[in-house]
Amino acid sequence: MFFRQAGVYHTNYVADRALFPVAADRWIIAMILALGVAAPFMFSSLYLSSYLLPWLVWTAGALGLNLILGWAGQFHLGYAAIMGIGAYATVHANRFGVPWEFSIVIGGVSAAVIGSCFAFAALRVKGLYLALSTLALQFVMDWTISHVPAISGGTQATLQAPDIRVLGQPIVSDAGLYYVALVWCVLVTLFMLNLRRTALGRALVAVREKDFAAAVIGVNSFYFKLVAFSTSSFIGGVSGAILIGTFYHAVTPEQFSVDVSIQVLAMVIVGGLGSIIGSYFGAAFILLMPGVMNSFISWGAARFGVSLSIEALAHLPQALYGALIISFLLVEPLGLGKIYKNVRDYLLVWPFGYVKK
Amino acid sequence: MDWALLAETGINGSLIGLMYSLVAMGIVLIYKSSSVPNLAQGSMTMLGAYIVLAYSSRFGAPIWLAIVLATLSMFGIGIAIERIALRRLAGRPIIMILMMTLGLEILLRAGSLTIWGATGRPMPIGISDDPLFLGALLINRAYAAGAAVAIVMFGLFALFFRTRMGVVLRAISDDYTAAWSVGISVERGVALSWAMASVVATVAGVLWASVQGVDQSLAHLLLKGVTVAVLGGMDSLGGALLAGLLLGIVEGIAGSYLDPLLGGASRDLVDAAMLIVTIMLRPHGLFGRHDIERI
Repeated sequence: MFFRQAGVYHTNYVADRALFPVAADRWIIAMILALGVAAPFMFSSLYLSSYLLPWLVWTAGALGLNLILGWAGQFHLGYAAIMGIGAYATVHANRFGVPWEFSIVIGGVSAAVIGSCFAFAALRVKGLYLALSTLALQFVMDWTISHVPAISGGTQATLQAPDIRVLGQPIVSDAGLYYVALVWCVLVTLFMLNLRRTALGRALVAVREKDFAAAVIGVNSFYFKLVAFSTSSFIGGVSGAILIGTFYHAVTPEQFSVDVSIQVLAMVIVGGLGSIIGSYFGAAFILLMPGVMNSFISWGAARFGVSLSIEALAHLPQALYGALIISFLLVEPLGLGKIYKNVRDYLLVWPFGYVKK
Repeated sequence: MDWALLAETGINGSLIGLMYSLVAMGIVLIYKSSSVPNLAQGSMTMLGAYIVLAYSSRFGAPIWLAIVLATLSMFGIGIAIERIALRRLAGRPIIMILMMTLGLEILLRAGSLTIWGATGRPMPIGISDDPLFLGALLINRAYAAGAAVAIVMFGLFALFFRTRMGVVLRAISDDYTAAWSVGISVERGVALSWAMASVVATVAGVLWASVQGVDQSLAHLLLKGVTVAVLGGMDSLGGALLAGLLLGIVEGIAGSYLDPLLGGASRDLVDAAMLIVTIMLRPHGLFGRHDIERI
């Protein structure tokens, strides 16, 4: 119905290689993009700065992790550490007097350099051992950040981030910060959308499916693992920097602890491995869930007259979060992106449900 | 150089290390039978300790009975975890399974804090606090007891793997499909290994809680357990015992020298460094099989 394929004829190469051959996809994306641009005029600044903005930044981060996890098939349990490196490098460069535009590039590059060290682990080991070594590197990074005063900024371990200045123009309004996040998220999404059409993307998929086989057909799997690690670390580093600049305004080690790594991983898994729209859904799900869960629990407690202690109230959402991750893995291992795809596939041929899709 | 101090740190370190290997043993038991790296072993340890406390304080059972009852409960919980969560994930990519155990970790940790609260509580199992003097060396009685239990547990498992059921488990760990084709119920074997790991977790939880009290920090034993398991080889019980000894000694001695230099908390750094070095130099650990990598 909506996603009608009738009339989609590829008569030239440009049309054949279009990102979205079905017209409905293009319309939906144009509408969402317009909505995104118009959001500051439509939503209150509370919604804008506490829901939409972190959602966009975390989506960019989740897409970066998806590049390494979903496309290249390499584990990364230390993605928050990468984001933290980017954030700290950016803040330090910025305080040193480097303009903001360049300091996020410095943050991204330093994250990419350190993240590429993970690739040398990936050269030697894979699977479980890679996951464990990235976990260990996360712990080392945590320790280094919080125990070296030159990085974390002294006893309080909180480092105030300077205001974002784009082209010398300080950005302080909520709408301005939102647009910074929006631009970065759109850039990352465009990159990821086009990645699957490039030789790089196909090589990454070959490495993911089987790196020996990839080597046999002439894909240098080590080189592409290195590229995947450094690219995703660059995206992660810049996302971390933008998260600090637009949302937290100050950087502390706890913002990039191992729990955050698991959270980003949960975004990717819940959204769906290798799914771009899934990363959007997954980030929204993981970010919104604690709030929804809290109000749900207090509603349930009031409804059924159960009085919960403060401690139970504090830990119950966390427990339900764990239970949700498990139930997602059991019920829909391919994530929310797959659910969207199922709906789209259904509508593609509706009302002829028996058509082979 | 103070040799007495060095020897004391070394001996106490090795005793602590043997207690780490109790945590590692659970990870190894599960990995051996099903190639699932259990990242929830730390919270299972914590859950076991909490259940013991619940039996002894809520229902007023004497501590030894509480431990027995908790062991039985954890046996059931281990079987339930396999039945509900892991069985349906068989054959999925390993990232899904890792994520499942991470989700389980969050669920068990936060769940037990929800039920029993986060305030630290003592675990009185009747080990006196008086130090044990071995010549001029001071030794912590709780650590010594823990190390002894670790060695006894290892002995029990070594005997168990010679019984009929143990041979079945060894067959499963050797080759899933072949075990299946000769009529071994692989699911039951894997469930049994989860149950045994839960029992080991309870024992580790009780012993560690008698040292440091029952609270959230028991779940952080995971990093030590994983390090010991990897160092010993993910599928070798004896390796876990020896690696625990090694890690404990290195951690104790390096920790006592590095702490003044680095401003405390250097033990975790030593652990992480050990883990990375092991994976870089010898991914299959000291005694692990070479072919355990899942391709």
